Amino acid sequence: MELLRFTTAGSVDDGKSTLIGRLLYDSKSIFEDQIEAVRKSSERKGLQHVDLSLLTDGLRSEREQGITIDVAYRYFATPKRKFIIADTPGHIQYTRNMVTGASTANLALVLIDARHGVIEQTCRHSFIASLLQLPHIIVCVNKMDLVDYSEDVFNNIVEQYREFASKLSINDIRYIPISALKGDNVVNPSAHMPWYKGASLLDTLETLHIGSDYNHIDARFPVQTVIRPHDNEYHDYRGYAGRIAGGIFKTGDNIVALPSGLSSRIKSIDTFNGPVAEAFAPMSVSITLEDDIDIGRGDMIVAEDNQPTETQDLDVMLCWMRAKGPRPGAKYFIKHTSREVMGIIKEVVYKLDINTMEKITDDQNIKMNDMVRVKIRTVQPLMVDEYRKNRVTGSLILIDDTTNETVAAGTIQD
Amino acid sequence: MNKYYLNHLQELEAEAIYVIREVVAQFDRPAILFSGGKDSIVVTHLARKAFWPARIPMPLIHIDTGHNFPETIEFRDRLVEELGIQLIVGSVQQSINEGRAVEETGLNASRNELQIVTLLDAIEKNKIDAAIGGARRDEEKARAKERFFSHRDEFGQWDPKNQRPELWNIFNGRKRMGEHFRVFPISNWTEMDVWNYILSENIPIPSLYFAHQREAIYRDGTWLPISEYTELRAGEKIENKLMRFRTLGDITITGGIESEADTLEKIVNEVAGSRSTERGNRSDDKRSDTSMEDRKRQGYF
Repeated sequence: MELLRFTTAGSVDDGKSTLIGRLLYDSKSIFEDQIEAVRKSSERKGLQHVDLSLLTDGLRSEREQGITIDVAYRYFATPKRKFIIADTPGHIQYTRNMVTGASTANLALVLIDARHGVIEQTCRHSFIASLLQLPHIIVCVNKMDLVDYSEDVFNNIVEQYREFASKLSINDIRYIPISALKGDNVVNPSAHMPWYKGASLLDTLETLHIGSDYNHIDARFPVQTVIRPHDNEYHDYRGYAGRIAGGIFKTGDNIVALPSGLSSRIKSIDTFNGPVAEAFAPMSVSITLEDDIDIGRGDMIVAEDNQPTETQDLDVMLCWMRAKGPRPGAKYFIKHTSREVMGIIKEVVYKLDINTMEKITDDQNIKMNDMVRVKIRTVQPLMVDEYRKNRVTGSLILIDDTTNETVAAGTIQD
Repeated sequence: MNKYYLNHLQELEAEAIYVIREVVAQFDRPAILFSGGKDSIVVTHLARKAFWPARIPMPLIHIDTGHNFPETIEFRDRLVEELGIQLIVGSVQQSINEGRAVEETGLNASRNELQIVTLLDAIEKNKIDAAIGGARRDEEKARAKERFFSHRDEFGQWDPKNQRPELWNIFNGRKRMGEHFRVFPISNWTEMDVWNYILSENIPIPSLYFAHQREAIYRDGTWLPISEYTELRAGEKIENKLMRFRTLGDITITGGIESEADTLEKIVNEVAGSRSTERGNRSDDKRSDTSMEDRKRQGYF
């Protein structure tokens, strides 16, 4: 069974929580006691119907205000796949949550209200999915029941979206007319829309090809920690523990440890269940080498004939995540794979208008939820790949050295 | 399907091992919160895999309410012995004796909330800076909002509306003196994943999870085991039941289900066909819509 991670975003009233509730309910992933609790809460609030959004909005203030505040993770499985949903709020001030949800997803599910068509919010979510290099987008045109299940309405919205999406770098985009409230085309095909010949949403989620979403080309192994048992049986054992960030490693491979540049060969790739001949992303293993060279946390073991860029100067697309912008000349801890170095934002190249996708060059002022292209200079080198080639070795976060808060997330550009 | 592919359990395992190794790399005095339940047993198993062939480089912490199932304590002691690691026990009874915690009274009294005081004391006394727990996001709606690395202020409190954003697999464990982190390596697992993993790895679990004969009473929709703390209410009668437990908490609040599942395979099948959540038999979660959030804010598991 494969694992598919997807993200959703939506405005307050476009039915996102209802859709998720529907997916969980119709795939029988909601238990009777959960439904019973939601039914009781709905009755207490004097609602005519069972409010499925109460399943996902868990925090006290969310239930009170009827909005989603934070990224919530939801789980369901069918006999074909296990799904993880990163459910993110859609209000304008919550771009950072959308970026967070998208960072671990293979797919974005974009909801459009059939009555309103493509709006700013739709574009913003799609653009973020594109910036974070999600391989797939499913566009759900929701509330079809409120437009008489009209094929024309659906086609117009698809046309609108296509025009906008031609500016995105996402290849796999699909369109499905649904009604989350009534259940049309969510799990089962709709009897109201015989003109739609495509698959239902769940069917699409279950079958779309995700086998090539991981990088299996460029061998990268950031070392997390060194395993040294110090007992009689494994007295000289020295295993480099980490999770493979890209490519495939095999016993006997020639490798280089960065940043030292020292070479060796892979002696063994170990796991608790026994040694393996080869290991690939995203496996967690420990690697032993033929030579005793100095390697520790923050170093990266890579293929000798395929190395990342080692640099102190980075071109980065940042999403700023804190209320306060950067202080002038501020230093940050920059966390990239298992490595942490100090760095500064040297230059703001441009800001992106997330609604129009235009570059703004006459505003250097970084605020919460801004997407900004910057130049960063670090004290020690990082070993990086472009984000579009590798989402692990191409991403980083900035941590404020006084508050310890994560203030920004960045993707490395060429 | 190409051969460079992990199934969902292998991918979840790789993720959890990565998270546990990050904890040991980023913190000075980490520990595993061990309840004796299946989730903390799985976390301990994953920690063992993460550092093999070395021992788990941190102690287990058990918060002993004094109302445990005896089987849980036996299981805990055997496991610690086998792993060759340290066990730290925080005693709720001692917290009560010292006046740090006050016993609840009344019909539905339990020591569930009292654990918060003992837990925070144990963390502070042992200078633990990262406590690894087995909580899962699918368990409860407040837990669905948890980070893998969850910050706690100097009073051990959780601020769900002001959490650090967590992107990709980059975890920010930076903190001030006196603050600590809770870390949840199996955040993305469901109850079904846990059972399937226990089955595929053949992980030993307490006998309480398997069907057995036991004296119980039917109360609030669940079979509550008879113990020395049980006070019978009018109309309740003790029955001998073939039953098992889906979760393990205190003997006073953990209800069981009627079941004939006496092997792991049968349990997996039973869970797959179940129409109610595992915590449905836990009276501590039924107190209100937000009882988990309220307890978690104060420092609960």
